[in-house]
Amino acid sequence: MLHFDWSFFEGLLLHPPSTFVQGAIRTIYLAVIAQALGVVVGLVLALFRRSRRLPLRAFASGYIWLIRGTPLLVQAVIVYDGLSALGLYSFNTVTIGPVSIPGVVQAGIVTLTINEGAYMAEIMRAAIDSVDRGQAEAAGSLGMRRRQAMRHVVLPQAMRVVIPPLGNEFNNMLKVTSLLSVIGLQELFLAAQDYNSATFRTFEIFLVAAIYYIAMTTAWSFVQAAIERRLQSRGGYVAERVTLRERLFGGGGGAIAADQLRGAR
Amino acid sequence: MTRDSAAAARATAGDNAAGAGGQPVVLGEGIHKWFGRIHVLDGVSFEVRNGEVVVVIGPSGSGKTTLLRCMNHLERIDRGRLLVNGHLIGYRQNARGELVEESEAEIARQRQEIGFVFQQFNLFPHLTAIQNVALAPIRVRKVPRRQALADARELLARVGIAEKADAYPRQLSGGQQQRVAIARALAMRPRLMLFDEPTSALDPEMVGEVLEVMRELAETGMTMVVVSHEMGFARGVGDRVMMMDHGRIIEAGPPAEVLGNPAHERTRAFLSKVLH
Repeated sequence: MLHFDWSFFEGLLLHPPSTFVQGAIRTIYLAVIAQALGVVVGLVLALFRRSRRLPLRAFASGYIWLIRGTPLLVQAVIVYDGLSALGLYSFNTVTIGPVSIPGVVQAGIVTLTINEGAYMAEIMRAAIDSVDRGQAEAAGSLGMRRRQAMRHVVLPQAMRVVIPPLGNEFNNMLKVTSLLSVIGLQELFLAAQDYNSATFRTFEIFLVAAIYYIAMTTAWSFVQAAIERRLQSRGGYVAERVTLRERLFGGGGGAIAADQLRGAR
Repeated sequence: MTRDSAAAARATAGDNAAGAGGQPVVLGEGIHKWFGRIHVLDGVSFEVRNGEVVVVIGPSGSGKTTLLRCMNHLERIDRGRLLVNGHLIGYRQNARGELVEESEAEIARQRQEIGFVFQQFNLFPHLTAIQNVALAPIRVRKVPRRQALADARELLARVGIAEKADAYPRQLSGGQQQRVAIARALAMRPRLMLFDEPTSALDPEMVGEVLEVMRELAETGMTMVVVSHEMGFARGVGDRVMMMDHGRIIEAGPPAEVLGNPAHERTRAFLSKVLH
């Protein structure tokens, strides 16, 4: 005999309590902010790894090794609880005008950014390396300095390659925010857990949470498709449709990646 | 005098084809370069005078592309001296008279005076034709955008593709891409143009349009060094031909002489291969 409470499920799905809604909103903005900052950190690290200066290269390699070698859960606890226990730094509520950001949210963003930066660094580096050497040579032959060539010639081309894996990273980020429940950050997962401890409707509650997550990642896949199409039309590329099926269930390589694989001339 | 030494004498003596006097635009003295254990340039000495068109020929692996890339410091030289526009390219002499590599900024500044056209075009695929041409003037020479775009349009007209200004490289044929690449190099108003096998990657029917642009450029008095197997171009446009083999210039002189009556056995063997 199954104990599935339809009316409870339906009520929760269509008229969620405010803690649920706030948790979902928090999940989204945590993911967006951390991903954006992670891209910046990743870009800086990738440039460090391609620097001519050994200390910068060593720093970037060490950072990536450390962050990718440790679990996000451990990182979150160290950043929020560990630093505070050590007496080094405590995250306190910061109020900027009408917005007040709780310490735990700051710690969450910092942790996700630090973590994501390491992964984005590898993606960026691969993307930079994928740009033909002749491009930097051509820029150099026109009297552009290395930095100018990177900014105006190499990076714009690398970005095109970055978009499909960046989409995967963000998809992952939306879900990974749930791990921050370990430091007591009230995002969607912890909101669900709290609600569960009050009602014990475990299956229905987490099914609703799952539906929320899949709604977010699916919405994102449409946004990503739009970005890819736009980037393509700007390079004079023939827009190539990745079917909805491929986008949601895999199989395609992402429009641009597929184009690169064929060795576009 | 043996045949070899006669050819060598002709190579080092240069000739009086161009007529323009004064300081040479390019001056190489005893240039050596190694790629690992391969001796790609083996004591190369030559000069290119103002307004001269020098065509460099030779079998693949003879060092001609490497020599050309050294003139823009896309490759370093290991020994000897190479002056472009009167300055050591990519190097400066320190207090003890040793050559040390120039700063990145100075190398970039020197390269502004030297146009380079690549075999594979190397156009920037994310920019339209006109943006390709205007990018360096805007970013490097700090020409106002509007002015740079107007200049770029004019240059595209000069190479005969004004109507393709807003096309992206991949929408252009090989010949059109190479003409954009020439316009892009000219946009920096260089005093010297280097061409690295500019027609080798083209379909045969597009070779003519690129060579025509180069011929017109030569007529304006531009100093040019062209690595090419286009013997018709060498004969018709070149003031001088330099034949390279195994990292050396084995003979040099007016096209009619080097191509018509080569002194060197290896030149003859090479010509019989490319002419048939």
